Amino acid sequence: MDLPTLSSNFLYVAFIAYLIASIIFWASIGKRKEKNSKWVNTGIIITIIGLIAQIVSFIFRWIASGHIPVGNMFEFISFFGMCLVFAFLVLYFIYKETTLGLVALPITMLIIGYGSMFPREISPLVPSLQSHWLYIHVTLAALAEAILAISFFAGLVYLIVKIDQSRRSQQTFWLEVIMYSIFSTLAFIILVSSFGAAGYNVEFSYEQNGETFTTEYELPVLFEPNNSTLLTEGAFTTGIEAPGWMQGADAGRKFNTLVWSLLGGLVIYGLIRLITRKRIAHSIQPWFKRVNLDRIDEIIYRSVAIGFPLFTLGALIFAAIWAQQAWGRFWGWDPKEVWALITWFFYAAFLHLRLTRGWHGEKSAWLAVIGFAIIMFNLIVVNLVLAGLHSYA
Amino acid sequence: MNKIKCECGHINHEGTVLCESCGKPIKGNQHIDGNDKTKLLNMRYDGSARRSQTYNRTIIDKTWNFFSSVKVGVWLIVITLIASGIGTIYPQELHKQSSLPSSQFYELEYGLPGKIFYQLGFHNMYSSWWYITLLALIGISLVICSLDRYVPLRRALKNQRPKRNEVFIKRQRLFSESNKVSGEDKAQFINKLKKKGYKITEQDGHVLAEKNRFSRWGPYVNHIGLILILLAGILRLFPSIYFEDYLWVREGETALIPSTNEQYYIENEQFIYEVYDRHDERFQEALKNEEFDVPSNFQTNAIIYKVKEEVITGQEPELEEITRGEIRLNEPLSFDGITLYQQGTQLQSEYKTIDIVIRDENGQSIGNFVFDTDEDLRQYDIGSGYSVEILEYYPQFSVTEQGPSSSSKYPRNPALIFSLHSPDGDEERYFYLLEEVLPLAEDSNYDVEVASADLITASGLLVKRDRSLWLFGVGATIFMIGVVQGLYWHHRRIWIHPKEDKLLIAAHTNKNWFGLKKDIEQSIENTSITMVNDQQELDAQSKED
Repeated sequence: MDLPTLSSNFLYVAFIAYLIASIIFWASIGKRKEKNSKWVNTGIIITIIGLIAQIVSFIFRWIASGHIPVGNMFEFISFFGMCLVFAFLVLYFIYKETTLGLVALPITMLIIGYGSMFPREISPLVPSLQSHWLYIHVTLAALAEAILAISFFAGLVYLIVKIDQSRRSQQTFWLEVIMYSIFSTLAFIILVSSFGAAGYNVEFSYEQNGETFTTEYELPVLFEPNNSTLLTEGAFTTGIEAPGWMQGADAGRKFNTLVWSLLGGLVIYGLIRLITRKRIAHSIQPWFKRVNLDRIDEIIYRSVAIGFPLFTLGALIFAAIWAQQAWGRFWGWDPKEVWALITWFFYAAFLHLRLTRGWHGEKSAWLAVIGFAIIMFNLIVVNLVLAGLHSYA
Repeated sequence: MNKIKCECGHINHEGTVLCESCGKPIKGNQHIDGNDKTKLLNMRYDGSARRSQTYNRTIIDKTWNFFSSVKVGVWLIVITLIASGIGTIYPQELHKQSSLPSSQFYELEYGLPGKIFYQLGFHNMYSSWWYITLLALIGISLVICSLDRYVPLRRALKNQRPKRNEVFIKRQRLFSESNKVSGEDKAQFINKLKKKGYKITEQDGHVLAEKNRFSRWGPYVNHIGLILILLAGILRLFPSIYFEDYLWVREGETALIPSTNEQYYIENEQFIYEVYDRHDERFQEALKNEEFDVPSNFQTNAIIYKVKEEVITGQEPELEEITRGEIRLNEPLSFDGITLYQQGTQLQSEYKTIDIVIRDENGQSIGNFVFDTDEDLRQYDIGSGYSVEILEYYPQFSVTEQGPSSSSKYPRNPALIFSLHSPDGDEERYFYLLEEVLPLAEDSNYDVEVASADLITASGLLVKRDRSLWLFGVGATIFMIGVVQGLYWHHRRIWIHPKEDKLLIAAHTNKNWFGLKKDIEQSIENTSITMVNDQQELDAQSKED
């Protein structure tokens, strides 16, 4: 086997290890104390094995390409997933909070799965990325974001436990929105990989700013690109065009994929609710019965406290030094830069609010959710939709 | 100022909530921190007298109180955050990459929302007066918040004594009461805390174990760092500190570096453009899908000259080489505080020479001339008594309402009008454009053609001097020190308070209660001391029950 194949096989191993560990954590619920700790220890060991496998996969890819594999969406997201597992383990060893794994590992798997939907070929580094700062800035920023993301995992546990499910409220609604977005991500992965396996492909050409582009759809066409012609003969299409104000490369295709994911998420969510006849958060609430909420609140705060300085250093200061070297300006109000600043502002506000009475507990948990949404926005929307220097697509 | 004397004898400033020395709640001031309604004492800033909580009469008091509020600070951050986000909806004017003026660009490209975006000035969000005002307000808030808290907190921590008032002890979040603790157990407890790095101070059998007080100063240190960064931003408004310019220099050309008082010149020896090999085993999978070659290097081999003596107008300056080097993306070249960055390229986009041949009616060559876009030569003697005169030269030809003109001085699309003089005094005019020559007279006696044209590459370089960088560096470093100091260490205090035959234990930390509890748990192992209760946790539980 050549190195790239080895690398992707180790990634599969890691993925499966995380899956098994999640199941073990789930199975440990409700077990008596001694038995429980046995299960939990096994789960942690399997998580560590998964992390090692992923590190090996990372190293093989590094050797194969000759540069650190954080240069495109797939590479960056799977590196971010690796950092998430690492950050989870660190926080686990401080607080011994197993339930965190029950949230952290499945979401990490979804994130890695999401990243795998992007092109996975090993690509060369364009001149702007040929710098030592790629190694330092990108990796540290990913690690910091992963640690900050732990506050989201803890926040989610907090909300699932704390929110009263006996009646409908705004809180139950938004918690379900979180669940729904998780399902939509799952739907995206299922749809893209199954249509991909079937070799589904429809081509369009479209005009934008006087130039002609072609775009390839990997999912059945619900929305054609604006102002386009179908190139694949006999392909199914609804004939509806994506709105014209959606600009940028492949806007129509991205919109089409988004709609499919949201619909798919709706189907999964709807089916589960039909079967359980309960809100999703309500169904899983019993899993977290024995959680100590004060400790969870502490984890929310602690992971922000640990992640914030690293984020400042990795995502702002090192980024600025690199930008100064590459473009002669350490700050240029590029969308990615602005969203890193927004993330920083947000967590700064979070840390200040912790000084204020009444912002611990549930409110902190909601803030942790918003913080993660901002990080994801910067990772996905800014890279794929708001064009700029960091655009990968 | 009204001083308040506590029963322990310490004299406190007006507005003090908890005596700086013994911690006893001071009567009449408990509403300030809300202690009158809760069982536990609010330990923020140790109950010290903060100006903002004490005075609220004059306009100065009111301004001070406004900016010293964390709530106001958070609001300022949130507003800035939202404004920053709005600015990324559409590209900023700086990044719009279109030749259309902004007044048309946003509306044409994004429709009505784009028009609104433009009209509200969001296309220049980050240099708008109100965005800068927001940043300035955050700066003011940083200074006032810090002063309002740092000064009294420092005083309180300096004046604290080990012997605390019992009320203070009992109303701490972590508290326990143990009966009949032997001297040995107490000594072991203290010893273990010492081993964990706690500093022990004792007064009449009362003990204070304290650790990492310096972590309390973290926020104030990082705020100083941020203020330095904001100051550095202001400094850049001065041209002697900061300037930025741009220049195009063609291969082989020596050009004046702009904004340097005509002191520096750059020669572009060679421009190197390289692409990745499509057959490279590592990348062939990815490169297969690429329509265009993927560049691997942009590089200008440059020589920098400095003018030797004072320039006499009209004379060519005498140049002296001061440095040479390769300028690449990510590898700028610096000299005398000025830095050149590789930023743009125009590959094979400018004409260097155009070789034009002239033949007679029989196709016999009469001669040729080579037009060089760099030279200001107007007359060419092409032999056999023939000569060519350049009448008009447009480096970048375009036609406007006023007739033909040039839209730049760069020979990207040169056009020529020239006349051919024959030995017998005849004159014929020709027009050159896009490597074609057209006679301007109807029946031309000659056959005039382009033999060859030589294109060269121009390198775009950003010229910068930034003397504010060090201050940004210092600010960022101080910020990092402060933020690490404040967030990676925790100020912990444990009080041991003997009372008759009992031993009261209380503890406080500004964060990470979990770690503090662990410290205590490990230190009282194998003693008869009772583990502290988390009274806040119990509180919450009793409410739920």
